[in-house]
Amino acid sequence: MTKQGVSLWNIFTVFAKIGAFTIGGGYAMIPLIEAEMLKRGWISQDDMPDIIVLAQSAPGILAVNMAIYSGYRLRGLRGAIAASIGAVLPSFLIILLIAMLFTGIKDNPTVVKIFKGIRPVAVGLILVPAVNLARKGCRKWWSWAVLAASLVAVVLLKVSPIYIILVTIIIAVAISMAKEARTGR
Amino acid sequence: MIFFQLFATFFLIGLFTFGGGAAMLSLIQDQVVTKFGWLTEAQFTDIIAISQCTPGPIGVNCATYTGYEVAGVAGSAVATFALVLPSFIIFYGIITIYNKYHKTRLFGDVMGGLRPAVAGLIGAAALILMFRFSVDGRVPRMEVIEDNFGGPASWIIMGASFAAAFFFKVNPILLIIAGGILGLILF
Repeated sequence: MTKQGVSLWNIFTVFAKIGAFTIGGGYAMIPLIEAEMLKRGWISQDDMPDIIVLAQSAPGILAVNMAIYSGYRLRGLRGAIAASIGAVLPSFLIILLIAMLFTGIKDNPTVVKIFKGIRPVAVGLILVPAVNLARKGCRKWWSWAVLAASLVAVVLLKVSPIYIILVTIIIAVAISMAKEARTGR
Repeated sequence: MIFFQLFATFFLIGLFTFGGGAAMLSLIQDQVVTKFGWLTEAQFTDIIAISQCTPGPIGVNCATYTGYEVAGVAGSAVATFALVLPSFIIFYGIITIYNKYHKTRLFGDVMGGLRPAVAGLIGAAALILMFRFSVDGRVPRMEVIEDNFGGPASWIIMGASFAAAFFFKVNPILLIIAGGILGLILF
């Protein structure tokens, strides 16, 4: 499964390039990773859907998961480490720089005004994936109930999202196993 | 001690995030703003805005920034490392589980249940950035977070940028720049 011809440095630089040039998070990275991998013949067209499904069903950061899986395919665990450091390092350095500069200027009256205008935009932008996910994921009546329950639990009852995810997984696994037992495989 | 806390917190966040960066925001908000008070709501909203305009995953951006605010450069390294670590540990587990259950319904069923739950979490994350909710006796109360929504103009900006991004797929960076310019003029 691993390709010996690909050096770890090579894997690192390819993912660093992808990490440095994708703005907007994990989903924006998918087409770039796909293009880079196919161009170099590192991964075949048929492997790609598998990698994407795996990356999405695992917890964590989508882009990092994709880097881990792709790197692993190429050079095993070391490849996975090289790829994920590559994917994370550019944004780590850029944000570190911004954090250092921003703490110095954040009380400047002009900066305060600018961010007063920006904050509502940021909140509006968070609503976009929420609505998209609801449209994609809520096909049955019970899924709307799950959505409403998790929203109310966090907002009013101050339940930690960690418990909501944990309980959802446990219930989903139980229902799935019960269904499987009933149909007798 | 603070490094251990940062590590444990971001490790948990990495472990329990399903469904991409926006889902991670809900967990980060819960731990970093609500539980530990490392950042205020306004600071957290600023980071979300900055993350939309800078390269890389939003989760990494948030971890790096929070780590820096709490404990400097070393803090940001610890937080980012802790966030990414669970992915490695789970990787081997997932590979075996996936190969075993690949064609069964289990994965589909779990994701089918998680999607609406995560949609609710993201919606909640947005609501908590608008209002502070509390229960006074038995009456629920909500109070606008003034740092984020200072007046009617803020609500109009939010509605307009949601509509622009959702219906017209306008680039988030352009919307944030527009928000900054409006902020300079209006506030």
